[in-house]
Amino acid sequence: MAAATPVVELKQITKRFPGIVANDSISIQLQKGEIHALLGENGAGKSTLMNILFGLYQPDEGHVEVNGQTVAIDTPNKAIELGIGMVHQHFKLVQSFTVTENIILGMEPSKGGIQIDYKTATKKVKEISDQYGFHIDPNAKIEDISVGMQQRVEILKTLYRGANILIFDEPTAVLTPQEISELIEIMRKLVAEGKSIILITHKLKEIMSVSDTVTIIRRGKVVDTVKTSETSPLVLAEKMVGRNVSFKVDKKPAEPGETVIEVKDVSLKNKEGISLLNEMSFNVRRGEIVGVAGVDGNGQTQIIEALSGLRKIDSGSIKLSGKEIANHTPRQISESGVGHIPEDRHKHGLVLDFSVSENMVLESYYKKPYTQRGFLNFRAINELATRLVKSFDVRTPSIQTKARSLSGGNQQKAIIAREINKNPDFLIAAQPTRGLDVGAIEFVQTQLIQQRDQGKAVLLVSFELDEILNVSDRIIVVYEGKVIGEVRPEETNDQELGLMMAGSRQGGIANE
Amino acid sequence: MNKFLKWFASDSFIVSLAAIVMGLLLGAIVMMIGGYNPITAYGALLSKVFGDWYGFGEALREMTPLVLTGLAVAFAFRAGMFNIGAEGQVLMGMTGASLVGIKITGLPALIHAPLAIIAGALFGGLWAALAGYIKAKRGVNEVITTIMLNWTALFLCNYIVRTFLLVPGNQRSVDIQPSASISIEWLSQMMGNARVHWGILLALLASTFFYYFLWKTKQGFELRAVGSNPEAARYAGINVNKNIVKAMFISGVFAGLAGAFETLGVFHYQSVYASLPGYGFNGIAVALLGMTHPFGVLAGAGLFGTLTYGSAGMSFEAGVPPEIIQIVIGSIIFFIAAQGIVRFILKPVYKRKKEKVL
Amino acid sequence: MKKAVKLSLFMLLAFSLVLAACGNNNSNTAATGGDSAEGGAKSDIKVAMVTDTGGVNDKSFNQTAWEALQELQKEQGVEVKYLQSKSEAEYETNLNQFVKDGYNLTWGIGFALEKALGDIAKQNPDSNFAIIDAAVDAPNVESVLFSENEGAFLVGVVAGKMTKTNKIGFVGGMDSPTIKKFEVGFKAGIEAVNPNAQFNSVYASGFDKPDEGKSAAATLYNEGADIVFQAAGGTGTGVFNEALDRKSQGQEVWVIGVDKDQSIEFGTDVTLTSMIKRVDVAIKTVSQQVIDGTFKGGTITTLGLKDDGVGIADTSSVNVPQEVLDEVKSYSEKIVSGEVKVPTVTQ
Repeated sequence: MAAATPVVELKQITKRFPGIVANDSISIQLQKGEIHALLGENGAGKSTLMNILFGLYQPDEGHVEVNGQTVAIDTPNKAIELGIGMVHQHFKLVQSFTVTENIILGMEPSKGGIQIDYKTATKKVKEISDQYGFHIDPNAKIEDISVGMQQRVEILKTLYRGANILIFDEPTAVLTPQEISELIEIMRKLVAEGKSIILITHKLKEIMSVSDTVTIIRRGKVVDTVKTSETSPLVLAEKMVGRNVSFKVDKKPAEPGETVIEVKDVSLKNKEGISLLNEMSFNVRRGEIVGVAGVDGNGQTQIIEALSGLRKIDSGSIKLSGKEIANHTPRQISESGVGHIPEDRHKHGLVLDFSVSENMVLESYYKKPYTQRGFLNFRAINELATRLVKSFDVRTPSIQTKARSLSGGNQQKAIIAREINKNPDFLIAAQPTRGLDVGAIEFVQTQLIQQRDQGKAVLLVSFELDEILNVSDRIIVVYEGKVIGEVRPEETNDQELGLMMAGSRQGGIANE
Repeated sequence: MNKFLKWFASDSFIVSLAAIVMGLLLGAIVMMIGGYNPITAYGALLSKVFGDWYGFGEALREMTPLVLTGLAVAFAFRAGMFNIGAEGQVLMGMTGASLVGIKITGLPALIHAPLAIIAGALFGGLWAALAGYIKAKRGVNEVITTIMLNWTALFLCNYIVRTFLLVPGNQRSVDIQPSASISIEWLSQMMGNARVHWGILLALLASTFFYYFLWKTKQGFELRAVGSNPEAARYAGINVNKNIVKAMFISGVFAGLAGAFETLGVFHYQSVYASLPGYGFNGIAVALLGMTHPFGVLAGAGLFGTLTYGSAGMSFEAGVPPEIIQIVIGSIIFFIAAQGIVRFILKPVYKRKKEKVL
Repeated sequence: MKKAVKLSLFMLLAFSLVLAACGNNNSNTAATGGDSAEGGAKSDIKVAMVTDTGGVNDKSFNQTAWEALQELQKEQGVEVKYLQSKSEAEYETNLNQFVKDGYNLTWGIGFALEKALGDIAKQNPDSNFAIIDAAVDAPNVESVLFSENEGAFLVGVVAGKMTKTNKIGFVGGMDSPTIKKFEVGFKAGIEAVNPNAQFNSVYASGFDKPDEGKSAAATLYNEGADIVFQAAGGTGTGVFNEALDRKSQGQEVWVIGVDKDQSIEFGTDVTLTSMIKRVDVAIKTVSQQVIDGTFKGGTITTLGLKDDGVGIADTSSVNVPQEVLDEVKSYSEKIVSGEVKVPTVTQ
């Protein structure tokens, strides 16, 4: 493989930002027809590097070669000309336009220079779609298709523009497990057709399953480049974070105590009268972590909202240590001992324009000593924030820094610090490790287990089956707003769980 | 003190200052094109405001409602809402103050005047809270309701003045009782009969209140949380709807005070307005100038008031038509709103301290 | 950070320098501003006016008043000047500006200035003032009012005689006593010559709302009126525009103008006649008293038909037949003689 001229070669790329070297003499070779993964923690410099390749940044030192020729990529248009396409993590699509309209946007084919030639465009889109098995309707509107499909439109867009080199920036962050495996299929087909792919990710599982070569970047430097077949997830993870990691979460067997939360026959319909929760029942006891497994949209969001008082239920009961809390206000529920790590930390967990210290008291600001005679007591607030930042290792320049400028992992740590500091009897953790890198995931999971060991009841909702299997002591599977089975992690595996999540009961070892 | 210095060195302060200078320059160019001497004109503007005590007092009088309506808009903005209705709330404030100031008799000034002020503040506050309530209960965007309530307020206030307070055969209310006046007679006489009143001082207090309430109290914390991220606030157990109504009420109180002061301190009567007098709309500009910060609003109102009041001097001494003054004011606001342009022009002189990484 | 401090200091300094420069220059050049007299006899008399919030281009009394002052400047060489009030609060400060600058006479144009002018007159007993459309009881103020009802009566006679549909409309700028006087007089004029005619009136919400004027006129024309009298300032422009639209589609509609001869602006195609309010006469007469040194102040004058303070436009003869004009003339004589009394308020 070394003999062939690489399709893209980054040579000694250095990019400095004030106060930080984002890329420090990075060299990478991408061969034709390979999937080259770029692995690194958040902030390691992967995105900067790819932005250089895509013409968004200029390197301070070093240069880029495409097919052996030194090129200056000063704009994304230049990159596209050279056959480089980027599939962004956040899609850049016009919601009310059709698939074809989005794809041709910016380079509309025209008849006689005026009228857009939709017919030809649609035909071409259909051809590409069929070639790679995208199964996309060129006339569907973006707002009507799923996230996975939207991502395919992004990929189609680059192919339509003649890309031979595709950069995927964290492509699986927004996808469901099914969509992920479909995406992997597509990536395989692309390389089979002679395309080359750079895959930016911090998910080891995907790297192992799809990539040919891995380059690991840490703090702006290349740590190593290895063949995927010659390495293991553990080795990769250690190279990425720079220390030993273990995937098997260390934990003692659970010693469940009395029931803390008891959900019984909770039902709830939306405005259109569609049933979202259908007589859902389960309980969580002291000293155990109950994992909720299920495909997104089967009532997970609704039960969490019901448990934390954000949504009213139509019928049923929710008891916390024997006391009814259904349809109480979020504050009442919070005060009676429920902590909640929300699913969407930007939207629900933090006020991004508030400082770290203000976010730390977001739920307790009104209590003494943080408020005295109606005035905020900044000394007490800052004391608390300083203590939490320290004990939960929230890496922030200061406690007065706006939450917005923290990295995702540190934002999550701040939320967890706040929720755990409330010392709740019952802790809800919704997708607590979504979008985090290995180091942060480890931290979050350890914290959950520690809470369990201290005798708290923990409810873990996650779409990562590995996490459910590793962290939970007991797993309930939800399907269409109902608990359809309960299993023990040591007695099941992801195939069985996957089947149950798809609504099949036979695999269930339901013991209720 | 350190903090204070920091604020002056802050990015937004420098950009604002540069925007003002650029606005003045653009205004000067426009004046030169129109054949007027900009130096004479700006000189006339300044001498109108700072040339004598009368001008200074009147300029303060001009700034007072600007401060308060600016605070009203800024406060709602901090709580995540756009109060276009300061206009109507000012009118309601005038009406509240007029009703109490005219109809209630036999009270000593020490009670009557504060009572009239409170009535004005409440009228304005409740009028705004109405828009807040509709938003909280029905989710109707406050921009729509406050705009519509402006007109409702105009016609309602005109109706009240015509029906209960009118000077027969005229288009205004009878004068308020002398006991309800908040004019500072002795100071006014010292300043050549400039219409100075206690409201000027209260407007300063109001901006201090704004600052402390929003950044130092529990309730301010809630309002800011709701303003920055209502969803996160709701998750944190804050009652978002209650805070929407509360924020609009306080916003309306500021505007209502502006109206009350105009009636009790400046006119001593209330006109039947043929159209919206424009207090609230100027408030939007002032809030924008002041970056929705209470002390920024003070500065913004100072600038805006100097320009609007001083403009009469420009047309009087330099013959510049009022339309050109509007161009100057407009261009300053334009430059502040279009910060990108200012930053672009400033780039060679001012290199940004930090670039964001990633 | 240091850089930022330095820069802001620099900018402050620069800004204050600019301001200081302005200030210095001002003292040298301030005296040259303003409209000084050009041509004609020189006079050191200075006459000024303060507009209401309508501004000097209001196509109504502010504009008429300013035109009169400009004519006065041409004829007599007096120095004239106006200040436009952007808000109600500026009435006082604008009046004061002229007082301080030593003007011999300062006009307040419109009833809105009544209170402000009264206050300023009281504070400055040595200065002279005059006001249009309002009565201010002070020894140094000359107040000029008009009998609009009498003028409106005359155009009412024209309308009553000329209507073919027997329906006549009225658009008022605002429901105020002054405008009511127009309506009442107009209606009385119609009734005097055509008791069977139907009469309808619509009021707009201000004098600067041409769109409302247009829709008000549309309403009246749709109800079958063929003649509409407007007393609505800038709002009246909309009335004319509606009439012009309809005329171009072949509909036979008319507008009666107000304050000045509006056929000059809108053409004789739709302008049947105009009721003239001689604000210019008032301005010139009182200003002349100041020039001649005969200004007394303290009187309230009401200008009616007999003073030529109100009347109908000379160009009326274009569209109005002679026999109707004769009838107008005879009513005019009867009003002057007191034989016919024109009401001012609805009976």
